[in-house]
Amino acid sequence: MNKQDTGILVVDDELIVRESLTKWFREDGYRVDSAESAAAALKKLNGNTWNIMLVDIKMPGMDGLELLQRIREINKDITVIIITAFASVDSAVKALKAGAYDYVTKPIDPDYLDHLIEKALKEQALVTENRRLKNTVSEMATQTDIIGESDEIKNVMELIKTVAPTDTTVMIRGESGTGKELVARAIHALSPRKYFPIVTMNCGAMTETLLESELFGHERGAFTGAHYLRKGKVEMADGGTLFLDEIGNIDRKTQMDLLRVIETRQFTRVGGSDVLHSDFRVICATNKDLEKAVKDGTFREDLFYRLNVFSICVPALRTRPGDIMKLAHYFLDKYSKAMNKCAKTFTPEAMHALKGYNWPGNVRELENAVERAVVLTQGQSIEKDHLPLQAVAPGQPEGDRLEDIEKVHITHILSETGWNISRSAAILDIDRVTLYHKIEKFGLKRKK
Amino acid sequence: MKAIRLLRLGTAREDIVESLQEPLEQIFRVPIVLAQSHPDIEEFYDPPRGQYNSTSILLHLKSIEAHLRTAGWRNRGRTKTLAVLDSDLFIPILTYVFGEAELNGDVAVVSYYRLMNELYGLPGNDAVFMQRVRKEALHELGHLYGLFHCEHQECAMHASTYVEDIDLKGDSFCNRCLDVVRRS
Repeated sequence: MNKQDTGILVVDDELIVRESLTKWFREDGYRVDSAESAAAALKKLNGNTWNIMLVDIKMPGMDGLELLQRIREINKDITVIIITAFASVDSAVKALKAGAYDYVTKPIDPDYLDHLIEKALKEQALVTENRRLKNTVSEMATQTDIIGESDEIKNVMELIKTVAPTDTTVMIRGESGTGKELVARAIHALSPRKYFPIVTMNCGAMTETLLESELFGHERGAFTGAHYLRKGKVEMADGGTLFLDEIGNIDRKTQMDLLRVIETRQFTRVGGSDVLHSDFRVICATNKDLEKAVKDGTFREDLFYRLNVFSICVPALRTRPGDIMKLAHYFLDKYSKAMNKCAKTFTPEAMHALKGYNWPGNVRELENAVERAVVLTQGQSIEKDHLPLQAVAPGQPEGDRLEDIEKVHITHILSETGWNISRSAAILDIDRVTLYHKIEKFGLKRKK
Repeated sequence: MKAIRLLRLGTAREDIVESLQEPLEQIFRVPIVLAQSHPDIEEFYDPPRGQYNSTSILLHLKSIEAHLRTAGWRNRGRTKTLAVLDSDLFIPILTYVFGEAELNGDVAVVSYYRLMNELYGLPGNDAVFMQRVRKEALHELGHLYGLFHCEHQECAMHASTYVEDIDLKGDSFCNRCLDVVRRS
């Protein structure tokens, strides 16, 4: 900060002190003013920005301590330095407890005063910068990538806002590609733990021993190749959030270890004996039917209930078709910018194809489809042909009769399954014989 | 023509004051006039502190200047005065000062009492001492020309509260400060 922009207000009933300090700071280039009493100082707080106030502790009327409290009520950002005589060091200590930055005794060592002011301003700048960064982080964090205006997604957003400020364990459920990790990140970003990390652990991608080491870390020499001590995800999530993705994929032993650490927040590194503590919030996600896994005995019931405290179900994209184009445009904008392309819109045919597809891979599939299309396009619009084969709509019914729609749908399902009759029949919830009849009735033929 | 008066106060050494004349003339490019005065500065002595109140001395010198102007002996703004002392100076709120000046004013004081190595239990060094006196004289005169403390470490207007700080800075103005002086 420029010195001329830095305001120092000297509050002292002694004229000579006010004049001396005012002059001293003015020579340094600061914007300086003085007040002869606490009341005058309070008046000068209105409409002025003071970075530092040097306040004499002993003044007639309202004393320095009371003024300090009033300043704290009005503006917590002002650094208050108390000026005191040797005899009133006790009062100075009281002032420090009341929130004064420091105190100086009369007469003040000029070198000490200069360093004190510099130190106070540096700290003030750091606090300001820290606050600005926190605001930026908050702004960035609250701008979640969860896109959509459908009631289903609005409901998810409401649930996120409700549960985020608490420390409750959350289980996020939904099909693959629906954006479960985005939901976890949004909960973390809106929680008081947002300034600490969110540590993601993909439980589905690890073997039993590797998972244990990843979760709890290992000591040096714990096993072959463990050349260094390594912190685990649980330890790294201290203060923040531990996001356990694909929780349904962990083995029974790790389930037991995980249950223990979630209950006690204590753990031991692999190969170690020290019991360590970590303060973290658990968010987990799964696309599996955990209730069934509990019934089957492949997932511990106690862990299930420990994790399934607050459940958020992320809807599949096909259940919120109104969000498809909003998401598509979001991804189009994102990838056009990233690839420096000028694609800004979709042709009506491409839009039709996007809306007509049922998106089994959900938002992830849509994102990939749009990304690929942006790679392929050279113009301002995404054509239907730019969309990957899977994203092409099954076609339009020839008429408005139920049979017309049925024909299109059966054709689409057969195409999706590669004309696997059993799978298609299962998806359509009809028996195989009925499906054969329909194929014959509609004259459907497999394309070679 | 503007001029700077170097006023030897009290028992300040003549050779020290004289040695300032040439370097200051080179920087300020105005005549540096040597003068001697014997105002009784003892009245500004503070027995409990064992120091002289520089603010009071400054005010006293200002009142003399004002009187001389009233009498037609001085033209306002034409002459700037730097009083040189060998006494320990203070301003009431600070434990000590090397000097004091009126920002953009006419009168400044500088003391070489705390610029001597001997005060800190070190062997005397005339060259270092004289350099410190030049830097501080330049510094206080700089305030009379409206200069604030400068952030450039090499500039004589860099703030120095310890004698070691004085040794670290240069014995001339940085270009920006010099420009302000030359334009005033």
